Amino acid sequence: MDNYLTLLSFGDQGWGDEIAWGVLITVSLALATLPVGLFIGFMIAVAKQSEEWTLRTAADIYTTIFRGLPELLTLFLVYFGLQIGIQQLLKAVGLGGAIEINTFFAGVIALALVFSSYASEVFLSAFRAIPKGQYEGGYALGLRRGRVMRSIIVPQLIRIALPGLGNLWMILIKDTALVSAIGLTDILRQTGVAARVTKEAFLFFGLAFLLYLVLALISSIGLNRLEAYGKRGEQVR
Amino acid sequence: MSVADTLIKAQPAPPDRAKRWTTARISGTILVMFWVAAAIGLVLYLYSAWDIAKIERYGPKFLSGLWTTLSLVGVSIAIGAVISLPVALGRVSKNPVISRIAFAYVYVFRGTPLIAQLFLIYYGLGSFRPQLEAVGLWLFFRDAWNCALFAFSLNTSAYQAEILRGAIDSVPRGQWEGAAALGLNRLQAFWKVILPQALIVALRPYGNEIILMIKGSAIVALVTVFDLMGETRRAFSRTYDFQAYIWAAVFYFCIVEALRNVWNLLEARLTRHLKR
Repeated sequence: MDNYLTLLSFGDQGWGDEIAWGVLITVSLALATLPVGLFIGFMIAVAKQSEEWTLRTAADIYTTIFRGLPELLTLFLVYFGLQIGIQQLLKAVGLGGAIEINTFFAGVIALALVFSSYASEVFLSAFRAIPKGQYEGGYALGLRRGRVMRSIIVPQLIRIALPGLGNLWMILIKDTALVSAIGLTDILRQTGVAARVTKEAFLFFGLAFLLYLVLALISSIGLNRLEAYGKRGEQVR
Repeated sequence: MSVADTLIKAQPAPPDRAKRWTTARISGTILVMFWVAAAIGLVLYLYSAWDIAKIERYGPKFLSGLWTTLSLVGVSIAIGAVISLPVALGRVSKNPVISRIAFAYVYVFRGTPLIAQLFLIYYGLGSFRPQLEAVGLWLFFRDAWNCALFAFSLNTSAYQAEILRGAIDSVPRGQWEGAAALGLNRLQAFWKVILPQALIVALRPYGNEIILMIKGSAIVALVTVFDLMGETRRAFSRTYDFQAYIWAAVFYFCIVEALRNVWNLLEARLTRHLKR
C-alpha cells in the first residue's frame, strides 16, 4: 500500500506531478477546442439554413465528412496530412527540412473539426425551434440582420442549444484521450508511460479511468448549474 | 360609370430577375468550388499515387482489416444488446438499490473514454495475471481482440441501456394499463406490448450507436488489433505513403454512409404505419 502511495506521490519518486500535468493538458486541450468548435459549428448552422443552395450544400458536405470519419482517423489525417502537406509546400518554394507539427495544435484542429460538425446539428435544431416571428419582430423594430441575430436570436438559441452542447462537451472530453496516440502528454499518455515504467498497469490505467470520471462528474455538475441558470427566466411548472 | 369591355391580352411571363451576387452566394460558390476541387484533387492524388505493387500487397490486408472491424463491432453490438436489457430494466426499476446500481454502471461507462476502458482491460488486467490464470480466464484476456470485444460490449451495453430506457419511458403509461386490463402479466406486457413500441422509438438512436461503434472501434489499432485502422497504420509505417490514410478514410466513410442510408430505408419501412 505504501508502495502505491509513493508511486502516486508528487516529486522524483512518484508520478503524481507528471499525471497532474497530463490532467492540465487534457483540460486545456478541451477548453481550447471549445470556442473554435462552437464558432465553426455556429457558422455551419447558419450556412445550413441559408437560402443559397451552394452554402447549404457546402455545409452539408462538411458535416457528412467529419461525422463519417473515425475521430482517431481525423486526428491522424490532420497530424500527418498537415506535416506532409507543409513539407511539400516548403519543398516547392525551395526550403528543405523536416517539419514537426505541434501535437497540441493538431489535436485542437482535429477535435474542432469533429466537434463543430456535431455542434452545427445542435445549433440547427435550436434555430428551427425559434419562431420566425422573432426575426420579423426584430426587423419590424428596424434592427439590422446582425443586430437581430445578436440581440434577439442568439440569447434564445443558447438556452435551447445548451443541453445538446453539454452532451458534446462530455464527448469532447472523452475524445481528447485520443491525442495520446500522436504523443501529446495528456492523462492517458502520462499514465501509460508510468504504467510501462513501473509495471503497475492496473494502478495507473485505473487512475486514468477515475480521472476521466471525475472530469465527467465536474462537467455534469457545472452543466446542470449552467442549464439551471439558463432556465431562470422560465416559469416553474 | 365605365365598364371595361376589352380584356388585357395574355402577356408572356416577365423575365426572371437577374440573381444578384450577394455575399452568401459568393461565399457559397467559393465553398462548393473548394469541395469540388478537393474531390478532384483526391481522385488525382489517388490516381497518381496508384502503385500496383502496394495495392496487391496491402489491398487484401485492408479487406481483412475491414472484416475484423465489422465482426468486432457486430459481435460487441449483439452482446451489448443482451447485457443492455437487464441494465435498462434496472434503470426503470422502482427498487432504489437496483436503479442506483444500474445508473452507476451506465454513468461509469458513458463518462469515461472508450480508449481508457480498453487500456484498463488490456494492459491493466495484466497486473492480475496469476489470479486470472488461477481461474482460467487468462487465455481469454491475453488476446487483444478478446479484450477489445469485452471492453466494447460493456461500453455499448451502457449506451444501449440508456437508449432502451429512453424508449421504454416514451411508451405511454396507458399501454401498461391497457395490457394489464387485458389480463397480461407485467412480463407479457413488457415483451408483447411495450418493447415493440419502444424499439421503433429506439431505432434511430440504435443506428447512431452502431455508427459510433464503427468509428470508435478504430482505437483497437492502438492495442495491436489489426482492424482497418490497424492495417492502415501498419501500411503507413512500412511505406510512409500517405495514401494509406486516405484509403482508410474512404473505406470508413463508405461504411458509415452506407449504414446511414440503409438505416434510413429501414426506418421508413418499419414506421410506414405511423405515416399520415
